[in-house]
Amino acid sequence: MAKIRIPTPLRAFTDGAASIEVDGGTVGEALDSLVAQHPELRDHLFQEEELRSFVNIFIGEEDIRFLQGLDTEINAADSLRIIPSIAGGRG
Amino acid sequence: MRVALSDALQKRIAAQMEAAYPDEGGGFLLGRARADAVLVEDIVKVANVFAEEERHHRYAMTPQDWMRLEDAADARGLSLIGYYHSHPDSPAIPSEYDREHALPNFVYLITSVRQARARDMRVWRLKPDRSAFDAGELHIS
Repeated sequence: MAKIRIPTPLRAFTDGAASIEVDGGTVGEALDSLVAQHPELRDHLFQEEELRSFVNIFIGEEDIRFLQGLDTEINAADSLRIIPSIAGGRG
Repeated sequence: MRVALSDALQKRIAAQMEAAYPDEGGGFLLGRARADAVLVEDIVKVANVFAEEERHHRYAMTPQDWMRLEDAADARGLSLIGYYHSHPDSPAIPSEYDREHALPNFVYLITSVRQARARDMRVWRLKPDRSAFDAGELHIS
């Protein structure tokens, strides 16, 4: 099974686990598997069906936005990582 | 939420935010969090990578910054517990832009900088339903 590394602030929704094993042959299916196991993550990762703009998914060093996005194929040996983009400002 | 910050770290944040003025500056808060008690044990300055002409009202880090510093914090037995940034010539209150980009369970420390002087520092945390921020108590010791 592939693994997804969870960023520190979201580990409150995975019972403290830093890494979760997931099913699926694509990044999208892997995220579905993650959210099925830990439903509270959904609102913080997705806005409707799209990944929130500040949520990045990396496979190794590669951002899936520069691959095939949620359709990027993965295999059981892959390690995925959720990386938030930190942004702010006075508006 | 109660956030404990040493006087020395507060001074470092204030000095960095003043040096960044009139642009926004920022970085990560490292430490430990347990329920509503947060202890900041270190800060790490991170470069503002937003487009140069927008830096007076925007701050951003790269995903690579997050990856590198989360790994470093883990190796030190600390956690990324939040991030700090400045609001030049604006109140230390989260903007709608801050809310849209906010993470849950993360401390947002905002410094109001007016005329290159840090005037106010406040802490906030996103509500679980993402609708708004709750104000926290910042204790300097």
